[in-house]
Amino acid sequence: MTGWLFHATLIVLTVLIVAYLYRVVRGPTVFDRLLGLNGISTKAIVLLVVIGTIYERVDMFVDISTGYALLNLVSALAVAKYLEHKEVAR
Amino acid sequence: MIWIVVAPIAAGLFFLVVAAIGMVRMPDVFSRSHALALTDTLGASLVLLGLALHQGWTLTAGKTVVVLILLLLLNPVISHATLRAALRTGLKPWKRGT
Repeated sequence: MTGWLFHATLIVLTVLIVAYLYRVVRGPTVFDRLLGLNGISTKAIVLLVVIGTIYERVDMFVDISTGYALLNLVSALAVAKYLEHKEVAR
Repeated sequence: MIWIVVAPIAAGLFFLVVAAIGMVRMPDVFSRSHALALTDTLGASLVLLGLALHQGWTLTAGKTVVVLILLLLLNPVISHATLRAALRTGLKPWKRGT
């Protein structure tokens, strides 16, 4: 009944990932790329839950997206702390 | 009955599109982070809320709400750390005319 809605959500999210990918490739500083990657990972978390809803296996996919959210936090914090030194970010 | 699922997901997709336009069009890192915050607070959380409502009273819906709360808690931490690093490496915020 609402299958069209989830497929439309998939298509919109994929197009938006391309828009964020433009910012990752063209970003003037390295922090623009980092913010763009953060946006892409947020989209990927939502995308995993939507894919699970379409295939009716949400109980499996929602665990994967939880792990992805925690992994995203650790990696983004590590990269941000690494880039705080002035010589590295140039 | 169907609209209680369709309405949050459609509103969330609208906010996600607005945030992506801001991410492409804004002039510097700090204002782009302002656009990106819209993704986490309204966009992704409304879409996940609609998906949780679609599943009804199950454990999976609770897990989806847990993912929503994780996004709401963790994404401000990430953007704050990134912008603090940007400010400490000497990046100046954008002003009109410079």
